[in-house]
This record gives sequence, C-alpha cells and structure tokens, in this order.
Amino acid sequence: MIEFQLDTASGVATYLQLIHQVRQALQLGLLEPGDQLPTAQQVVSKLAINPNTVLKAYRDLEREGLVRPRPGQGTFVVGTVPRTDPSIQARFMMSMTKWLSSAHSAGLSLDDIEAIYRTAYRNYFAEGVA
Amino acid sequence: MNPAVQTTALAKRYGRKWALRNCTLSIPAGKVVGLVGPNGAGKSTLLQLAVGLLEPTSGAIRVLGGRPAEGPAQLQRVGFVAQDSPTYSNLSVQRHLRMGAYLNSNWDQDLAQSRVENLGLGPRQKAGSLSGGQRAQLALALAIAKRPELLLLDEPVASLDPLARREFLQTLMEVVAVHGVSVVLSSHLVADLERVCDYLVILVASQVQLAGEVSDLLSSHHRISGPRRDPRRMPLQQEVIEESHTDKQSTFLIRTDEPVLDPAWSVMRVTLEDLVLAYMTRGRDIGRRQVPQLEMVS
Amino acid sequence: MIRFSWVQFRLQAAVAGGALLIIAVAFALTGPNLVHLYSTIVASCTAHGNCSTATDAFLAHDRLLQDFGNLVIALPAIVGIFWGAPLVARELETGTYRLVWAQGVTRSRWLAARLGLVALASVAVAGLLSLMVTWWSSPIDRVNMNQFTSVFDQRGIVPIGYTVFAFAMGVAAGLLIRRTLPAMATTLVGYVAVRVLVTFFVRPHLIAPVRTTSALHMSSGMSYIESNNGPLGVIGAKPGAWVFSDRIVNAAGHSVTGDFLSRGACLQSRGSAACLGKLREVLVYQPASRYWAFQWYEMAIFIGLAVVLGGLCFWWIRRRIS
Repeated sequence: MIEFQLDTASGVATYLQLIHQVRQALQLGLLEPGDQLPTAQQVVSKLAINPNTVLKAYRDLEREGLVRPRPGQGTFVVGTVPRTDPSIQARFMMSMTKWLSSAHSAGLSLDDIEAIYRTAYRNYFAEGVA
Repeated sequence: MNPAVQTTALAKRYGRKWALRNCTLSIPAGKVVGLVGPNGAGKSTLLQLAVGLLEPTSGAIRVLGGRPAEGPAQLQRVGFVAQDSPTYSNLSVQRHLRMGAYLNSNWDQDLAQSRVENLGLGPRQKAGSLSGGQRAQLALALAIAKRPELLLLDEPVASLDPLARREFLQTLMEVVAVHGVSVVLSSHLVADLERVCDYLVILVASQVQLAGEVSDLLSSHHRISGPRRDPRRMPLQQEVIEESHTDKQSTFLIRTDEPVLDPAWSVMRVTLEDLVLAYMTRGRDIGRRQVPQLEMVS
Repeated sequence: MIRFSWVQFRLQAAVAGGALLIIAVAFALTGPNLVHLYSTIVASCTAHGNCSTATDAFLAHDRLLQDFGNLVIALPAIVGIFWGAPLVARELETGTYRLVWAQGVTRSRWLAARLGLVALASVAVAGLLSLMVTWWSSPIDRVNMNQFTSVFDQRGIVPIGYTVFAFAMGVAAGLLIRRTLPAMATTLVGYVAVRVLVTFFVRPHLIAPVRTTSALHMSSGMSYIESNNGPLGVIGAKPGAWVFSDRIVNAAGHSVTGDFLSRGACLQSRGSAACLGKLREVLVYQPASRYWAFQWYEMAIFIGLAVVLGGLCFWWIRRRIS
C-alpha cells in the first residue's frame, strides 16, 4: 500500500498532491490494478488532514477511471495511467526547442525565459484563474 | 439538514465591553470549521454561547436546529472541550470516564477506553498530574465518547507542543473520518488550519470578517501585483482586502468572482494563511477606526 | 448524576463519618457512667440534703466532653462553609463547570443531585450528632434544667434546621460570589447574623408567653435576685421553663426594690408570711411543656429559609452564570 506525503510549502492543494502521488505511483509501477488505496481513516490519522480532502481526491481519481470504491471494502485501483505516445512527446520537444532558440535570439535572458515559462504554466494549470 | 451552528445578529456583552457583536453565520454540518481570530476576538464567547454556558445579550443562536443546552437531548448532541481542557485534578482518568458514563446516555465506553489506552494514560492517574497534552487528549476523549453530532473545541492546541498538537489533530481527523462528526475548532494559530479545515470563519474585534468554504475562499481571492495603482480605481467587482505600494509597484489582495484578465497584473495564488492574516489586519484596522463594516460573505 | 455526586462527595463524607464515629465511641464509653453517677449522687441528694455540693461534684465530671455541646453549635457553620460554599464556587473557580455542564445533564439536574445528596448528608450528620449529644447530656441537663434556655440550640432537632439552612446559604453564596474563600466568609457572617436575629427577635414571639400574677411563695430552689436599688426578682420559680421575667410587685402592682428585704418583718425572716404577705409574683414565661413546640417551630423556620434559598439557587443557576 502506498503512503501519502504532504508538502505544505509547495502551495499545491492537498487533494491535488494526493492525486498526483497516486498517478506517479501508477506510473512507477508501485501501484497496480487490484491494489487497495489507504482508507481515509488511515491517511488522516497519519497526516492530520481533513478526511474530505482524501475523499475528494479519490472521487476525482474515480472520475478519471483510475480507481473504484468497493462498498464496505475500500477503494481499489482499476486503471492505469496512459503513457503518452513517444512520438507526441518528441513533437512537443522539437517545438519547445524552436521556441527557446527564437526567444534567445530575441535577446531574452535565461531568467526572462524561466519567468515567462513559470508564469504561463501557473496561469494555465492553477485553478480558477484564466 | 440543519446547519451545525446558525446565528442571527448574535451579540454578547460583559458590562460595557462587547465580546461578540452583530454575528450572523450559517455554518453547515459535516464540515471541519476553523474559527480564527486574534486573542479576545470573541471566539471563546461564540463557542460558549453555542454550548449553552453563556446566554446571548441579544440575537439568536441555534445549534443543530435546537437551542443550546435546552434539555439533555440537545446536550448529548454537542461535545465541548473548553480552553485549557478543564478536568477534575483530583479525580483519576478512570473516574473521568465513569463521569462520562453516568452523565451521558449515549456513552461509548469501549471507544473511551480504547482512546485512553492508545494515549498511554494510566487509569488511576489523577488528572492533575497529567501533562497539558495528555489533559487535552483526555478532554477530547471524553467529548468524543459521548458520540456527539457536533464537536466544539476552544483553542484545544494552543498550549501544546508541536508533537502533542500533531497527535491531537491526527486523533481529531480520525474521529471525523470514522464517525462523521461536524467540528468547529477555534484557534489563533493559522498554520494548522489549511490542512484540517474545509470551512472558515474569521472573527476580529468581536465581529465576523469572513465566512465560507475554504475552497471557495481560496478560488475567489488572488494576490495581484503590477504597476502602481490607486485602489479606488480598481474595477468594482474586485474588492480590495489588502494593499501595499512601493513608488512603482502595487500589490493587492483582492476578492472577486471574475477571472483576472488584465495582462498588466501578475497573479499569484493565495494561501489560507495569507487570507486569514489579510482579513485579520483589515478587521483590526476597521475596529480601530470604527469604520462601518463592509458586506460579508456568509 | 447521583452516583457522580457521590464520587465528588466521598472524601467529605468519610471525614464526617470518621468524626461522628470518634464522638460516638467517646460518648458510649462515658455515657453509662454519667447515668450511674447521676442515680447515685444526685438522685438521692434531696434526701441527704447536700444537693448543691452533690450537683457541683457531678457536674465536674467529663468537663471536656460537655464542651461537645459547642460542637453542635459549630456544626452548621462548618457544614455551610466546607460543604455548602465550595459546592458551586469550586466548579466556577477552577473552570470545571465548563466540563461538567457540557455533559448530557442539564444544570438544574446537576444542581439537584449535588444539592440533594449533600443536603441529605447534612441532615444525617446534624441529626446523629444532636441525638448523641442530647442522649449523653441528659443527666447533666436534668441537673441544670436549662434545655429551654441556654442549651436550646444544642439539643433536640433545631440543629438539623440550622445545618440545612447554613448549607443552603453556603451554596447560594458560592453560586453568587463564584469564589470559594469569599463565599465561605460570607456564609459564616450570614449564618451568624440570621441565627442571632432569630434567637433574639423571633424565638421569643413564636408563641405568646404565659403571664401569671400570684401570691409569692418561696419554695426550695427559688431565690431572690436583686440589683442595686433595682426591681426585685425571683429565679428558679419554674424549673425547665423559659422565664422572660419574674418580678415581685406589691399590692398596688408596682415593682418592689431590693431594699424592701432589709426592712420590717423581712429582717427577721425573709420567708415569713408577715414579710411576704402582700407581695405578688408577676411571671412571664414559656412553660416547659412548650419546649418541643418551640423546637419544631424554630426548625421549621430554618428549613423554610433553606428551601427558599435552595429554590433561588435553582433559579439563579439557569440565568446568572455568564
């Protein structure tokens, strides 16, 4: 069974961290279909977080088709994380390299590039802000 | 379902000093509610009104749909741990459990016993010889074992060391997970709240500054920073909670339901701690200047 | 709640029980002896004509234990201070009211159980102590004939009334003042004040006293009492009664002064018909037969006061604790 960790300094919502850790465990093979996730009680008695957070994370995972609750027994892994097609990965790697080179030619420093990247990332993936 | 705590213009005065004023809240059941504010803000007063140890000066309060302390049935449904976890210092741990069994019809002796054993408390130990953390845990065990629907905890971790604090919260969260109790937890320490609370009430200078679901509050507040701007020239739907300026730059904490589209602003996420501190500062400043209250979320 | 009330009261009950036991043993060991002494020394003293020396010798026995009558006087105050005042005040002072009043019983039920249990115990302790002292002292009281007067409040059933009242006063003081030590002091002062008031201003008027005017006959046990040129009186006229005044008046109804005895026929014989002839005795008193009526009335007064205070406590506890 996996054990969840909480990074309070990361600024990432707790339930998202839990979801991320489940996905990562699936990707690394630490979790396989049929495995049971820790119960809300087990998670909160170690992490001292609100049980609703755990339930919310598990509900989102269920919606993605990765886990399913079995009434009276617990929540079990049913799916796998789709591995991204390597050719798609390669394609975006190329367009990213092109973007970096044009940014560099335009005179942006490394810090500028990093700031732009971080801001755009946060703006796109953070909740509730367009 | 009845709200856990519902107040209407609730107020409490001691002599000439108002401990709580104009308090209108509707705290839903099934949540872990953080009641935050500086010392003397009225948190203890609100909790004691909810458990029936105090009578309101004006206004009304309903807890789980009933009047506080009105009859044994109502008293059974609410568990309370007062500040400093009072216990009878010359009664043993076992005798305290006995008290719970005598005085509560819904008493779960097995739960009480197992909690006490898990804590390593010797049954014959006198409560006066326990450490602060142990007394807090004993008081919590007593409150939990009466199987209430609502737990009211008045600064339960304030005087505990970090380890005792962590253990207390672990216990509390486990109880919520297993028994589904609603919890209202008051604290002047903000750091623990974000992981534990899903509903927040901020009390400053005996008035409610903010109340709402944590997820809603976090998604509707943003810290934005950009070129220097007069706060009065901010769009109407962006309410400024906190502002700070340098000669060239302004940073605001705003509350809005609309997304921030203006590219001039760089938008940062807000933590619960930021939020609470901003409202506490604002509440204190309003209190000092006696400026009329702005509209509150409920 | 009664069981929990007992848990909190156990220690105090044990102390009281222990003290009563010691007293019981002391009395049991010495009581029969007193009865024996009485029947040998005092009962026959009139035949031997040495009553005053016999009674003095008798009264000299067990002087220490006679002081236990004072314990009966002190008991109500002790109960009021140590059982009554801390009952609510301690909970308020230490903050434990925030624990016990958040349990599954209402404040009224809590108070009823705490008050009821300790009040019953107070009645029991006062009753037992008074019973023991009254029994043990009965030979002495038969000699002194002062049950209706100087030892009225140390015998019979009035100590029960006093104790219950002091207890109720203690609880009320603790409830209002909210701190134990000031409540204890207030209880003591209040109790003493009420006792003094009732003893001197209420008790004499409970039943209208009997007034008689009759010819003066000095019999054994009676003697004159005179003050400097003041009115002449008599003592010992009605043994066992509560005499308010016993004056000697002349045929016209005026008080006679002491120097009357040093004139005329009285010089030769104070008891002769020539001396006493026209004198009359005006007696205002409560007959000894009314002793128990007075005991019951006074106990009823104090129980009544206790009930009123108790009722107020129930009213206050619902409203005033904030």
